[in-house]
Amino acid sequence: MSNDEIRAGLAEILEEVAGVLPADVSINKSFTEDLDVDSLSMVEIALAAEERFGVKIPDDELANLKTVGDAVTYIEKAQAAA
Amino acid sequence: MTTLTGVPGSRLLGLGEHAPATVVTNDDIAARGVDTNDQWIRDRVGIASRRIAGPDESVVDMAAVAGGKALAASGLGAADIDLVIVATCTMPSQIPGAAAQVATRLGIRSPGAFDLNAACAGFVYALATASSAVISGSARHVLVIGAEKLSDWTDWEDRSTAIIFADGAGAAVVGPGEGTGIGPVVWGSAGESAELIAVAHRNTFLYQEGQSVFRWATTALAPVALEACARAGVTPADLAAFVPHQANLRIIEAIARKVGAPHAIVARDIVTAGNTSSASIPMALCRMVERGEVPSGAPVLVLGFGAGLTYAGQVLTCP
Repeated sequence: MSNDEIRAGLAEILEEVAGVLPADVSINKSFTEDLDVDSLSMVEIALAAEERFGVKIPDDELANLKTVGDAVTYIEKAQAAA
Repeated sequence: MTTLTGVPGSRLLGLGEHAPATVVTNDDIAARGVDTNDQWIRDRVGIASRRIAGPDESVVDMAAVAGGKALAASGLGAADIDLVIVATCTMPSQIPGAAAQVATRLGIRSPGAFDLNAACAGFVYALATASSAVISGSARHVLVIGAEKLSDWTDWEDRSTAIIFADGAGAAVVGPGEGTGIGPVVWGSAGESAELIAVAHRNTFLYQEGQSVFRWATTALAPVALEACARAGVTPADLAAFVPHQANLRIIEAIARKVGAPHAIVARDIVTAGNTSSASIPMALCRMVERGEVPSGAPVLVLGFGAGLTYAGQVLTCP
């Protein structure tokens, strides 16, 4: 999956879970600071991403995913490793 | 020894609930200096207000009021009750337990009496135990109460818990039935995660690891709910109501989505009751029935889950 496909998939999840506008979901955006996503929503997003991208995102890894770009990179690496 | 004889089934005969008088709003909590606000609390946990017991209002007090109402609703008298079970984890001390005192308050003479600690799954565990007692003939009519004073154990300066925990009691009378009025329980635990919701030692407060608990609750419990339906021989489409433990509105909605009961009204009592641990299910169910939202005789799925970690799901017939 290309990085852009991952980013687009994340944007759909963010919209569904946290009502974030897809147009706002760019690589440099911080989940909590820029997109106003709280810590419980982050868990919901992680769970949806696990299902959608076929990867595992445990809570301790989730804590390191500060920006959309961090998440895209993580998912891409996890998919490659699988 | 004599061969045991029991009855074919058990059922709910009456429900009751008691919420303490003091209403604490989100603004009240913010006004105490906790770094929070009304919108944040509504978004995050779904609570608009909660009830807090007075300093002299104990678990036993609340349990007795709720129990008395359930008894009245059942049409039975104190003399008919031969077992009292109080599900609670917030007594001020372990000794003595609540149940025998509640029985005395209600004029129930010398019933079997014990407290049951399965935290927020406690009421469903207690119902299952009561059902088994009736079916096996150990008891004729059981008074089952979920009663908690979480405010005694809450750190009012911790914004993650001060906004959630609350007080109250709910009760049910369980008695014999011609058929199955209380389905088989599906219960379990996850002791490897015990530290996620805990009072660390005697002189401290109740804390929980929010994200981990949220992840567990939103992934592990829908299968339990579905299995409880299957074991009772009902499908989610048959359910008239779904009453999960009122932990957090987002957990309730996530589990409800996964269970997918299209005709079921989902309990959202947490909005004005807060999280009252083992009291939450009987309080929510009692109010739904009082509001006429669940027809008598209709199947209701209850699902308790929480500290331990423990969980229990069961289908009941609405009294």
